[in-house]
Amino acid sequence: MDSAARADFRQRSLTARVLRAVLALFLIGGVLLTLTAWMNGAQAARQAYDRLLLGAAADIAEAIRIQAGRPVVDLPSSAFELLAQAPDDRIAYAVRGPGNALLTGHPDAPPPRQDREGAPRLFDGEMQGEDARFAQFARRFAERDFSGVVTITIGQTTRARQAMALDLAVDALIPAVLAGIALLLSAFFVVRSALRPLQTIADDLRQRDPYDLTPMDTTEVPAEVGVIVNAMNGFMRRLERQVATMQNLISDTAHQLRTPVAAIRAQAEMAAETEPDVAARETFEQLAQRANTLGVLLDRLLSRALVIHRTDSAPRAPVDLRHVALEVIEARDHEVLAPDVEVELVVDEVPAVVRADEFSLVQAASNLLANALTHGRPPVRMGVVTSETVACLWVEDAGEGPDPDTLDRLGHRFERSASSRENGAGLGLSIVTAVAEAFDGRVEMEHREGSFRVSLCLPLAPEGEP
Amino acid sequence: MIRLLATCLLLLVSPGIQAQEATATLGTGARTLVMRSTTDIAIIQPALEAFLVSHPDMRIDYEQWGSNALYANALSACTGETPAADAVFSSAVHQMVDLVNSACASSYRSGLTQALPSARRWRDELWGLTEEPTVLIYNRALVPADDVPGNRFELLDLMRQKPDAYRGKIATYDIAASGLGYLYAFSDSSEATTFGALLEGFARTQAVATCCSAEIIEAVSQGRYLLGYNVLGSYVQNAAPTNVGVILPEDYTMFLSRAYMIPRQARDPDAAAALLDFLLSVEGQGLLSRAGLIYPDDPSETGLLPSAKRFIALAPPLLVAVDRSNAETFLSVWNTAFPPVAVP
Repeated sequence: MDSAARADFRQRSLTARVLRAVLALFLIGGVLLTLTAWMNGAQAARQAYDRLLLGAAADIAEAIRIQAGRPVVDLPSSAFELLAQAPDDRIAYAVRGPGNALLTGHPDAPPPRQDREGAPRLFDGEMQGEDARFAQFARRFAERDFSGVVTITIGQTTRARQAMALDLAVDALIPAVLAGIALLLSAFFVVRSALRPLQTIADDLRQRDPYDLTPMDTTEVPAEVGVIVNAMNGFMRRLERQVATMQNLISDTAHQLRTPVAAIRAQAEMAAETEPDVAARETFEQLAQRANTLGVLLDRLLSRALVIHRTDSAPRAPVDLRHVALEVIEARDHEVLAPDVEVELVVDEVPAVVRADEFSLVQAASNLLANALTHGRPPVRMGVVTSETVACLWVEDAGEGPDPDTLDRLGHRFERSASSRENGAGLGLSIVTAVAEAFDGRVEMEHREGSFRVSLCLPLAPEGEP
Repeated sequence: MIRLLATCLLLLVSPGIQAQEATATLGTGARTLVMRSTTDIAIIQPALEAFLVSHPDMRIDYEQWGSNALYANALSACTGETPAADAVFSSAVHQMVDLVNSACASSYRSGLTQALPSARRWRDELWGLTEEPTVLIYNRALVPADDVPGNRFELLDLMRQKPDAYRGKIATYDIAASGLGYLYAFSDSSEATTFGALLEGFARTQAVATCCSAEIIEAVSQGRYLLGYNVLGSYVQNAAPTNVGVILPEDYTMFLSRAYMIPRQARDPDAAAALLDFLLSVEGQGLLSRAGLIYPDDPSETGLLPSAKRFIALAPPLLVAVDRSNAETFLSVWNTAFPPVAVP
């Protein structure tokens, strides 16, 4: 996979997408949680300190007595000790008698509102420019010498409330933040482990042979991904059926056509022998020649279908490439193509054992030889060389070989160049290539001094194996 | 308006109020720090001079005030009616707490102020610089050893058993004339029930309420009075007359921490903060200690159990001591024991 494709792949990474979603959730949730925590903290602090304010107001109210017909405030320390629970807050208080006349305290404390007489009242206010909270508490007197309402207004600044609200909010947020981080991490790992099978499948697909249409393993795969794998396996099954049908069609066709083609060739040869007219005889001879070529082509089609079938299904066995070369020469098939050319076999004493299917190798080697005889220039030689890891079966002729452009395109199925014409060289080379690929080898072509060599190289079988 | 009312009130309840009692200019620098304080110049001068050594660009205009006058002045400065000082330093800490509570102070934080215990610091606007006990003094020559009271109960017994011997010979702070005296009496009243009995005893022996610590110490030394109740221990140590005995009452001894404040309208708050940091530093505390303003904390030396120490905390409850209604009630009770004519 090249880097551009990888970047593209990463852009659409599910992990990143899930993590981004979780992060967004976390941020939005965090903001909401912070607001909630702050509001809860502020409310808790307000309630707590409001109680202190009311308690202090009640304390003061309790300490009012009527003396000589007028209310006297014996300001209790306890009220201020209570307010000192908020140690750094300033205090304002005022005790007012009937007609809001100030009995004692700070005149600038907010005057009481009498609209809800009697009921304690809590309200926000200001103390020398600083936010403050006030409590108002009324006490009614019905004495012989005094009757009326005395109102206590007491307030304090909000430093302690804010500090407490902040403390509560932070206390609430710390576990939430930790939980959020844990959530993020676990989401990351869960997504990664959930997506790991996809990577495995991708790796499996990438390393697969193009002709390998066997089903993929679904046992290690989560159910969600299994759906895709099953669908892919189903698709591959259909594809395989399709390919098999095609191959069968080709081999059946080739097989079916061989007999009529052989008959045509025999008829044409017979006609040529009995034909008195020279011109007509030549025509028959040419017909026989073409029918012969067609027969070879059909043979190759058949052998290719067989090779493809075998490389898919035949078990690999140790094969000595020298035996393969010898077998091809001894079959003497080449004498049909080029009766005059002698083929030289070049082998040495070193065994060249590879793991492959012998039939497929023989087909590939005879195709190589046939190509050399058909397109190359004699003398033609065939041999085997081994290096440390690789054994190569080669065929060499004294010709120029194909030009580089053709060389590039060689080996593809149905490749037909000008030089190969209709006699199936492209098909032959494609058999060689298919065999090389099937057994982890490769096809090498090289121009040497005054010769052209094509090699089928396969890895040597590990030592110790028969 | 409000402050004006408060000022008028103070003038009403404090007929003996005076403006600044003494002034001094220390140093020759161009930058002037105006400091208004209740502390005698002579006592604090060494510490201020040491400060000026490290701050040669400064000059301290030191004004010594009576505590009530200083409070009234700071309140009017707070509303902008009179020019504010750069630093206010008073022993009447309840008045200082009220000033801070009335948003008349500016805040300052430093490592040294943060290191103060919470009882000696409020809102980062008020700091207690000293630790001074409130003591009972007596004339060593004239009071027999058996008579010397070790605590308030013994003082009560003495006043009950020998009213004639001590008639007119016991002196204490006049709470009307001195904010500190008021604070002492008020703290006594909230500390223990002995206060009522004490007032009764003072009335029976026709005790004298007068002002202030230095005068009481001098009078006791001269034999004009035999006993002095609620006198600032630091002043005794400074005056150091050998014939005056000092008793830290065993039942409880109050400890006062003079409070330092930087008014909100201070012209040079940085200078005041620098002085504050100096006075809180090891050197400054050492100088204050040498001036007798910080009492040694060693129990073996003072003979005082730690549980008998009562620190007057710089905290909101002191506001009760400033309350007008409470002051009226308290003064009326006080006046039954000390008829105004008793003041010489």
